[in-house]
Amino acid sequence: MPLVKQLSLFLENEPGHLKVPCQALGRAGIDILTMSLADTQQFGILRLVVEEWERARSVLQEAGCVVTVTDLLAIEVPDRPGGLAGLLEQFEAAKLGIEYLYPFPSGTRRGSMLLVFRLDDPLEAAERLRRQGVRVLDRAEVLARLAG
Amino acid sequence: MSSLACPEGIVHTASAPDFLPVRLLRDLQLDRLRGIVRRAYERVPLFRARMEERGLTPASLRALEDLAAFPFTVKADLRDTYPFGLFASPMEEVVRLHASSGTTGKPIVVAYTQADLDVWSEVMLRTFAACGVHRGDVVQNAYGYGLFTGGLGAHYGAESLGATVIPMSGGNTERQLMVMQDFGVTALCSTPSYFLHLLERARETKAGLGQLRVGVFGAEPWSDAMRSRIEAESGIRAYDIYGLSEIIGPGVGSECGRQDGLHLFEDHFFPEVVDPSTGAVLPEGTEGELVLTTLSKQAMPMIRYRTRDITAIRPEPCECGRTLRRIRRISRRSDDMFVIRGVNVFPSQVETALLAVEGTLPHYQIVLTREKGLDAMEVRVEVTPEVFSDRIRALEELRHKLSRSVEHTLGIRAAVTLVEPRTIQRSEGKARRVLDQREI
Repeated sequence: MPLVKQLSLFLENEPGHLKVPCQALGRAGIDILTMSLADTQQFGILRLVVEEWERARSVLQEAGCVVTVTDLLAIEVPDRPGGLAGLLEQFEAAKLGIEYLYPFPSGTRRGSMLLVFRLDDPLEAAERLRRQGVRVLDRAEVLARLAG
Repeated sequence: MSSLACPEGIVHTASAPDFLPVRLLRDLQLDRLRGIVRRAYERVPLFRARMEERGLTPASLRALEDLAAFPFTVKADLRDTYPFGLFASPMEEVVRLHASSGTTGKPIVVAYTQADLDVWSEVMLRTFAACGVHRGDVVQNAYGYGLFTGGLGAHYGAESLGATVIPMSGGNTERQLMVMQDFGVTALCSTPSYFLHLLERARETKAGLGQLRVGVFGAEPWSDAMRSRIEAESGIRAYDIYGLSEIIGPGVGSECGRQDGLHLFEDHFFPEVVDPSTGAVLPEGTEGELVLTTLSKQAMPMIRYRTRDITAIRPEPCECGRTLRRIRRISRRSDDMFVIRGVNVFPSQVETALLAVEGTLPHYQIVLTREKGLDAMEVRVEVTPEVFSDRIRALEELRHKLSRSVEHTLGIRAAVTLVEPRTIQRSEGKARRVLDQREI
């Protein structure tokens, strides 16, 4: 199952550094579907989900960025109090630790939120979650949901 | 006839002196040494005055060991006598001048007669032959052409070997890679740091290195660990060569196929290793500063020139069959050294510490600062795709590992900073490893 691909970029914690990759993607006409910026005292990591990840990777590499590609698990969570807590119980039952997570922008309320999770060994994790009855969306499903 | 059979296989006949029986070699050295000391005494006022100060004349030199009593020559002597004060030939006989770039003030000038140029071509020919380059090879010479001795030295050496020479000079990386591909280049001459730069660009543009087989790298110190990485990443054989303008330029010494120390072309350059602080000659095998005396140079003889390069003479025979003594690879210079919190540090030690951790070719720079009278050392390391992770934890771990390795190697703490690729200044020539911002 083709999972959601994330591009991660190394950034120095300096004014103006976030602009470089964003400009490069902009010039190439690549839309950012969602993103998260992690920062430490010294450096930051920009994590991106885009539509054409392979083209985006080349564009970013040509702009001089260091890029890695990671699989993420996209999971829909009920948009109500306790929705995420319920899902995390499933993670616990599957003995899975979460590295980090972030949401897709949801726009109008539609009853559920779409989150992406970074876990060790994503394929194995997806399989274990499926056995717990958790549905992991593949890349096409995510795109379709965002389009719809 | 242009080839010679030896334990290493077939080499060019010009390499014959590499294989002289040791006794003949010592006789030849003594004979030439007497001649050069006499020439220096008779024709160069500075050398004469220094010898007279010590009550020495050319006749004081009866054996090779007697050279130890003679005065040293240092770089400052070349500056003080700028431009032509150490010449031993009249200008009518000088056919070429070169000069060092000189980071401060006046450069130093070196001179060659036609016979000197012939010797230079010969030792560079022997250098290429020792690195396994031969007739039929296409040599891309990326050493700078001009006042720097690297470009023309390598050029004429490779030409007299009978190789096809492409006089590229340094810089213009895209063009270097294009020529390498299109002209079927099999051997490259450059500084090791410039080759890293080429390799990096070749990888980024997916251009590859074509048929490149041999790298002849010199003009700056680099480590064995760096060589292993270069060879693994590029698939070429990377050889270390040695030379300095004050002595002749490149062509003073070269590795052979064993890549285990550099053979000095002792029939033209006589080596000693001395204690850098006392100047006392050290026994073979002991580490110290290399001191060289030119044995055949006419226009500008050098008597006991202090190279500032730290090495040791290895007298044991080499499996390649060359009888020329080897020196250990020079990974540091006594003037590269910096002192931080009372500890002597060479950039090469930092490089070794970084390579021990990381899985890739490091571009690094050492930054020294002083705050409230306390010295601090920061090592900036560029992040590469091989070590980059989307997890902060992994990057912090890498940073700590690097910092621990540096601390373990040097015995002092160093902050490691990860920086974006290509933020550390790339050199077309020599790498600038240390940025000393301490105001002393």
